[in-house]
Amino acid sequence: MSIKGLAYIAGAFEHPLRKAPNKSVAALHAECAKGALEDAGLAFADVDGYFCAGDAPGGVLSMVDYLGLNVRHVDGTDTGGSSYIAHVSHAAHAIAAGKCNVALITMAGRPRSEGRSGVKQKIVGANVPDTPFELPFGPTAVNEYAMATMRHMHEYGTTSEQLAWVKVAASHHARHNSNAMLRDLVTVQDVLESPIIADPLHKLDCCVVSDGGGALVVVKPEIAKSLKRPLVRVMGCGEAPKGLLGGKTDLTYTGAIWSGPRAFEEAGVTPQDIKYASIYDSFTITVLMQLEDLGFCEKGEGGKFVADGNLISGVGKLPINTDGGGLNNNHPASRGGIIKVIEAVRQLRGEAHPQVQVKNCDIALAHGTGGGLASRHGSATLIMERV
Amino acid sequence: MGTQYQDRTMAIPEIHPEHKEYWDAAAEGKLLIKQCDSCGEYHYYPRVLCPYCMTEKTTWKEANGTGSIYTYSVMRRGVSYAIAFVELDEGPKMMTNIVDCDLDTVHINQKVKVVFKQSGDEDNPGSFVPCFTPA
Repeated sequence: MSIKGLAYIAGAFEHPLRKAPNKSVAALHAECAKGALEDAGLAFADVDGYFCAGDAPGGVLSMVDYLGLNVRHVDGTDTGGSSYIAHVSHAAHAIAAGKCNVALITMAGRPRSEGRSGVKQKIVGANVPDTPFELPFGPTAVNEYAMATMRHMHEYGTTSEQLAWVKVAASHHARHNSNAMLRDLVTVQDVLESPIIADPLHKLDCCVVSDGGGALVVVKPEIAKSLKRPLVRVMGCGEAPKGLLGGKTDLTYTGAIWSGPRAFEEAGVTPQDIKYASIYDSFTITVLMQLEDLGFCEKGEGGKFVADGNLISGVGKLPINTDGGGLNNNHPASRGGIIKVIEAVRQLRGEAHPQVQVKNCDIALAHGTGGGLASRHGSATLIMERV
Repeated sequence: MGTQYQDRTMAIPEIHPEHKEYWDAAAEGKLLIKQCDSCGEYHYYPRVLCPYCMTEKTTWKEANGTGSIYTYSVMRRGVSYAIAFVELDEGPKMMTNIVDCDLDTVHINQKVKVVFKQSGDEDNPGSFVPCFTPA
């Protein structure tokens, strides 16, 4: 069953805070839920489907109870930061199958207030089959992505200068976002002169650690058309987990090589049709590899593609992450997927900041990579259109 | 100068029933990998079922213990250490650390050999885990 045209994104809300030491994580979820429902023009009583991932304290059951929801469909799929992009797909499927009419997706967290960072050892539960063979060696977010970077540089000649352009583009966009955590313009030189965290990634190749969250409301077509907001229709989705392949490990590509074609096929469009793209930017390398794997350029050409301002709105061929992205704006709960969808919705509605709004933005893509690039990650691709 | 390897406290691996032989061998300085009797493929980390053909006919084999570095990264925050994937002579790539050398000289395609380091610390010693050092 194709979900094309069977669900609409009616509400989107990004929490304005980037530091929230005095709010509970559950309260942040609730504030995001309220914001997205108000944006749509709907009420909590209208919600009959609820979606959340690993950031939601107590999972689906605690959150449904805390939010006072009366729902008939729930989904707690957790594929790291890509979860919420997959949730939009799952919500569209559930709506198309008649399992719910108004799906609420929430995410929130406060890693900044809790002192978490990408150089700390991962925390995992018991009985996970892979961890005995990995945790002793100190994998962290940053050195995993660094290993993928190192191999990409080796095979394709990608340079730190090229990667720096991804950060430069993010900083150009973040200047216009009053809520962004980092708003200063940076240059390629600034990135290269920032300290190395894990070879070859510099501090400015890494995303922010921020508190906050976001929420989305996905509804059936009849409901969307009864509301006052611009219509954003789901066109296609693709998902793909990628791991270490039993030892046939290849760190030069992401799961986007599988999730991307699935989404494009369902949507009936090609990368050339995409006017704006939200591309997961946990690190600069994440963007470069996803752009290749989604087909925006040839494999190995990502370095050339991102250079010279090609990702800056109004300057380059493919404007991405016009909110400033995870690199400058927000990466709440160290999971940025929901913010990726929210900025794509702003662009399709024509509600992005005028300085970064893409003209005639009728088709947009949001893509997430959640987890570790040198262990296991989830990929989710979502294509939306303004109608 | 350079960045000389320093011992650091490595997280103690959880021992799962299907991996007992692996950790027993590691304590004796041997690296075990699994080979499938049915399709002949080696795989890593070791599983009960072959991840390629899903038969349960997998056999422990002692690896040569030599290979080359597929990729690596030296952590520059806190105690420096080099995380890496090493491609074994038998084929599988495995996550590991590069040890007992100047970490600034580590490079892709470098030939390496296995050396075991004990996880945990003096008060709470854990299993020996396979690291690699320049061959």
